[in-house]
Amino acid sequence: MTSQPVTSEPLTRTTTTATRRRSRGGYLPYLLPGAIGFLLVVAVPAVANAWLSLTSWSGVGDPTFIGLDNYVRLLGDDTFWKSFANSVAIIIAMAILPTGVGLFLSAVLFDFIAPRFGGRTATTLRAMFYLPQIIPIAVAGVLWGFLLQPQTGIVNSSLRAAGLDGLAQNWLGDPALALPTVMIILVWLQLGYTIVIFMSGMARIDPSLNEAADLDGASWLQRFWVITVNELRPEIAVVLLTTTVAALKVFAPIYVLTSGGPGNATIVPSYFAFYNFFTTTQVGYGAAISTVLAVLLTALAVVLLWLQKREDKHA
Amino acid sequence: MSTTQVTPVSATGAPPAGGNRRPPRVRRPDARGRSAATRRSPGAVVVLIALAVLAVITLLPVLLAALNAVKSPADYVANGPLALPRSFDLTGITSFWQSVDFTGKLLNSVLISGSVAVIAVVLSLLTAYAIGIGRIRGSFGVLAVFMVAFTLPQEALIYPLYVMAKAVGLYDTKLSVIIVLAVLQSAFGTYLLSSVLHTFPAEVLEAARMDGAGTFRVLWSIVMPLTRPTLVVLATFFFIWTWNEFFIPLVLLPSNENQTVSVALGALFGQYTSDPVTSAAAALVGVLPALVFFLVFQRTLMKGVNIGAVK
Repeated sequence: MTSQPVTSEPLTRTTTTATRRRSRGGYLPYLLPGAIGFLLVVAVPAVANAWLSLTSWSGVGDPTFIGLDNYVRLLGDDTFWKSFANSVAIIIAMAILPTGVGLFLSAVLFDFIAPRFGGRTATTLRAMFYLPQIIPIAVAGVLWGFLLQPQTGIVNSSLRAAGLDGLAQNWLGDPALALPTVMIILVWLQLGYTIVIFMSGMARIDPSLNEAADLDGASWLQRFWVITVNELRPEIAVVLLTTTVAALKVFAPIYVLTSGGPGNATIVPSYFAFYNFFTTTQVGYGAAISTVLAVLLTALAVVLLWLQKREDKHA
Repeated sequence: MSTTQVTPVSATGAPPAGGNRRPPRVRRPDARGRSAATRRSPGAVVVLIALAVLAVITLLPVLLAALNAVKSPADYVANGPLALPRSFDLTGITSFWQSVDFTGKLLNSVLISGSVAVIAVVLSLLTAYAIGIGRIRGSFGVLAVFMVAFTLPQEALIYPLYVMAKAVGLYDTKLSVIIVLAVLQSAFGTYLLSSVLHTFPAEVLEAARMDGAGTFRVLWSIVMPLTRPTLVVLATFFFIWTWNEFFIPLVLLPSNENQTVSVALGALFGQYTSDPVTSAAAALVGVLPALVFFLVFQRTLMKGVNIGAVK
């Protein structure tokens, strides 16, 4: 068809518009399965959950409409505030630390190790850092439970063997230590993800930028700050936002490692909602907690969408 | 037209497979005298060793589990968890395997993850076809809705889903989990595929239409073959995400015979505290399938992590 573009052009144009107009309607059936699924699995449940948040319900019988009482109760509930305060700690462990440390490690791997010891060395190390990402979170929980078991676990028995009995702790069972311990496990879990994203981002940086800076006598650290961090801004923004979303949603590691305890030491909003739904069966209250979380996350999604739209325009 | 245009890799600006192309100069023997940038100074070796130590620490939990899973309990007690095994005893593994019916859990996980991967890819492709190629009105709005759908916390959907599943008799069936997860993951797939299909070469579609191909024909014999690499990456991700999924199966599949590997192991935590060898065996047995996926799909995974960036 490219052989006679000129002669066929007028004809093509009319056909195109006609086809387009017909095909617009023709494409609607393809939306149907997705639309029905979305309606049943996302839209209806989300609206139902928001409505439940205005009721008092134990899961049996009929919900009683109580207006905004659940939300008023939330404002005065220490556990609710504690769960969001812990979310901040989880964001540090899952978003901020892995982004900072990951950025540095990937720059070292990509810019320092690979040119000196070969790309294969760098990719092998990258794969090692990535491994925790592929382990199911529940399995990671069993793994760390085994390592941190207070009496027979490896961490404590190694400390005792080294004569450091005083440092052997009940890592997940001590209210003061549980949250920091969970945070360390989460950093271990997340680091590989940020390294892989950042390293692939670095491959797109124009090498001549670094070469020019090198000729100008810039040190490795200067080039890291001025070129790498600067050029990777889009990746950093996306990684920070997506990992923050993941941190706010975190459930499985908490459920498996501590069940929010001891006391409320490691409670997070999603676990608090789950607990109200299925343990104390205060369904309306659980719905209110999850609605607050949903609003917060939707706001973040909007920011992400806006960022990506802006990216598209630049590209 | 080029097929590279429709792979997710170029769509997100990532490099080709491997992700780590180095300039050729690095392996050239004459690199030695070139500049400070490629010299293997003693300092550079120290940096390499430090990174290697860090990487080994990252792997240590898994290595320690493997080391201790094959010990006899007496060996563990006598020589401690850090000693190399002096016995080779698989009782920990076999007794754990049998006590939780791990074969059954594996089959459940394979069935659920496989079904979700296939259904979610089909759903994503159909919707993305209407949005990306059909350019239906309000595409951006539709995309925004899908974006919100995969950011919503599952806790904000679970109670109504639980009530609905009970009402239609799907509670505690694998089908309920398959439907819910396929729809949730297809929200992400639609989002990704729409932007990929949006850049689909228009002249190819035009040629097909002029040949009289209907919309389904275009989808089946043109769009699908050309986007196959993306679809494979998506299916791989859906499979692994579903395998690791914890919350939805935890709530919707309470009975033992329907449980997945992830939920079965999560429920085990703390059960074997008095028996470190069995704990290590449980951890190792749970890690193994993931390790197999990693080795099999490593290229796909590394290539596609960027598409996962949005999740």
